[in-house]
Amino acid sequence: MNQNMDMSTTPVSFSSPKTTRSSSAPDGAAPLVVNADKQGKPIIVVNNLHKRYQIGRTFVHALRGVSLEVLPGEFVAVRGPSGSGKSTFMNLIGCLDHPTQGTYWLSGKQVSQLSSQELARVRNRLIGFVFQGFNLLSRASALSNVEMPMIYAGLRKELRQRRARQALQLVGLGARMNHKPSELSGGQQQRVAIARALVNSPSLLLADEPTGNLDSRTSVEVIAILQALNQHGLTIVLVTHEPDIAEYASRQITFRDGRLVRDEPVANPRDAQAEWAIIAKQNIDEAL
Amino acid sequence: MNTTTYQGKDAPSSASTSTSGPSPQRHSILPPLKKRDFDRAGKLGSNISIALEALWANRLRSLLTTLGIFIGVAAVIAALIMTQGVGANITNTISSLGTNIITISPGAGSSSRGFRPPTESSGTTLSLTPGDAQAVAKIAHVTAESPIISVTEQVVYGNQNWNTRVQGVSTSFQTIQNWTIVQGGWFSSSDYQSARSVALLGQTVYHQLFDASGMNPIGQNIRIRDQVYRVVGILDTKGNGADDVVFVPFSTAMDRIKNSTYIDQILVQVDDSGNIDSVQGEITTLLEQRHRIPKGNADDFNLTNSNQLLQTANQFTSLLTYLLVGIAAISLAVGGIGIMNIMIVSVTERTREIGIRISIGAQREDIRSQFLIEALILSLIGGILGMFIGFLLGFAITNLLAIPFVVTVTTLLMPFVISAAIGVIFGLYPAARAARLDPIEALRSL
Repeated sequence: MNQNMDMSTTPVSFSSPKTTRSSSAPDGAAPLVVNADKQGKPIIVVNNLHKRYQIGRTFVHALRGVSLEVLPGEFVAVRGPSGSGKSTFMNLIGCLDHPTQGTYWLSGKQVSQLSSQELARVRNRLIGFVFQGFNLLSRASALSNVEMPMIYAGLRKELRQRRARQALQLVGLGARMNHKPSELSGGQQQRVAIARALVNSPSLLLADEPTGNLDSRTSVEVIAILQALNQHGLTIVLVTHEPDIAEYASRQITFRDGRLVRDEPVANPRDAQAEWAIIAKQNIDEAL
Repeated sequence: MNTTTYQGKDAPSSASTSTSGPSPQRHSILPPLKKRDFDRAGKLGSNISIALEALWANRLRSLLTTLGIFIGVAAVIAALIMTQGVGANITNTISSLGTNIITISPGAGSSSRGFRPPTESSGTTLSLTPGDAQAVAKIAHVTAESPIISVTEQVVYGNQNWNTRVQGVSTSFQTIQNWTIVQGGWFSSSDYQSARSVALLGQTVYHQLFDASGMNPIGQNIRIRDQVYRVVGILDTKGNGADDVVFVPFSTAMDRIKNSTYIDQILVQVDDSGNIDSVQGEITTLLEQRHRIPKGNADDFNLTNSNQLLQTANQFTSLLTYLLVGIAAISLAVGGIGIMNIMIVSVTERTREIGIRISIGAQREDIRSQFLIEALILSLIGGILGMFIGFLLGFAITNLLAIPFVVTVTTLLMPFVISAAIGVIFGLYPAARAARLDPIEALRSL
């Protein structure tokens, strides 16, 4: 019962752009803007990307020449069976790895040439990660977890806490900031992770199977947040093997055997927020 | 709750109709970061608080890990305090004998000036005579001299008896060795010249003989080798076994106790410690002449002064210090290895955490300093705790041994230096290991 009530809390609680702008006066918080790039200029440009691994004596050619552009504000679902190279692609896009061959431009920066120190900076400032297993620090509170990227960015403590609170309020966890991950439900943990991904105002949010550990209702809840963020201008790349999750995106790309085999817009993306409203209502009905 | 649900839903979904498609929106999620928001200098503070948080999460383990350093530092400090106390004690004793004293003893010496520790043969080689003592007294800068005869005898008063050192000395012996008298007085020169049977008792002897009867010792007769001596004075305490002594006039001792023309030692007091070397040279020449020792042959006497004794004592105490600190250092090394061990375990255990931190933008140096700081904090806590316990131990030991409790700057700073060094040395490898981790592998680990 308690859990149902939890689930009925709003997944996305930021107000419409207009109201935010008018109510942005306190503590000098200027209107909040996504690190949006110049109109139409692609946020991701990938050209003929290759990645080869060596596992023991065998060479694995995980990516065999992938070229792709992602425009700002897109919601791209990356699909493909396991071993298709989508995880490798994700690691490269997320600047966790260097390509063996090919170029990768992120927000006008050629990151395929950067040193690992510069890559860490790119991960910190330009990319927000959401993982399948949430990847929160279990001993730290939700607030501390969300603060973490800002520590590495080198932000002042007051600012860190203010932004962490804002981000948590944004994902509807304003009342649970001091809870540890173990005291939160899976959906709530993933919302903390999303808040953490947002705090440094990234250009790109990378979600690697964000619903993989969640039941279908909670999945809708999390996707609803991602969709809402996307509608506010955040570019999202989501890796999933679940076809129905990919239907929430505005564009689907499919990998097979290290190649991009399909790239198509989704004609009518499903509306997670509308679905969530129905689910939330059902939850309340069940609870009553 | 219901109302907020619907309100929250309405806004974005209505917005979705207007903002479909990839056109970028300058909408508000969180404020973009500006240059003035950054405070890179505060990063160290954040790393320290991250490390403290991690250590606090494993309180018991952290505490146990510091134990090694704690014990090591405590042992080092206690050993230092003890040896410094012993050293100070020896120095005090030697200084209390006077810093401008030359001791001439019989035995195989060498013509070269260098300290030779008194060997067993030194007492058996008889070469010094009362005449030597008189001759030495005439050398310039010599203010006093005293021949010494020393025997171990049974001293008896009433039904009390005590085995002690009986020394025949001159009247100037009192000033040479700075003896103060609590009762009575030193024997007079007429006592000395007439070789009267009078005696001065050290505190130990006084207590052994007179405590039982409670008699006033002055004027009482005691017996040494069945001869009667009258007690004329009681000496003030000097401590360290120096009080277990009976002084009689040298002349009396020559006649009635020793029955020999040779003497055991000559003490020579020089007017200023700066003249010790020149006087020592003159004594050597004089005695070589008197003993008819050809040039190049070994002397049959030894000269020592308190400076040489002090040097020897210092050599001894520093040797003792090295030994004890060396042993304690072994436990420090063990403690350091303990820290390294736990840090390696901690890195392995927290592989996933490291992966998360790297993926959200931690630099490798952030990870390295996080673990290095953890190791440093562990060893510093151990060091500080160890310092306190070491001081307590040292205080207890010095009290027990009745030696001075000496605290030097070295003892105060050493724990910090040692534990910081151990933290860095043994923390570096685990920290480097953590910083080297591949984020993809690290995130995949459990």
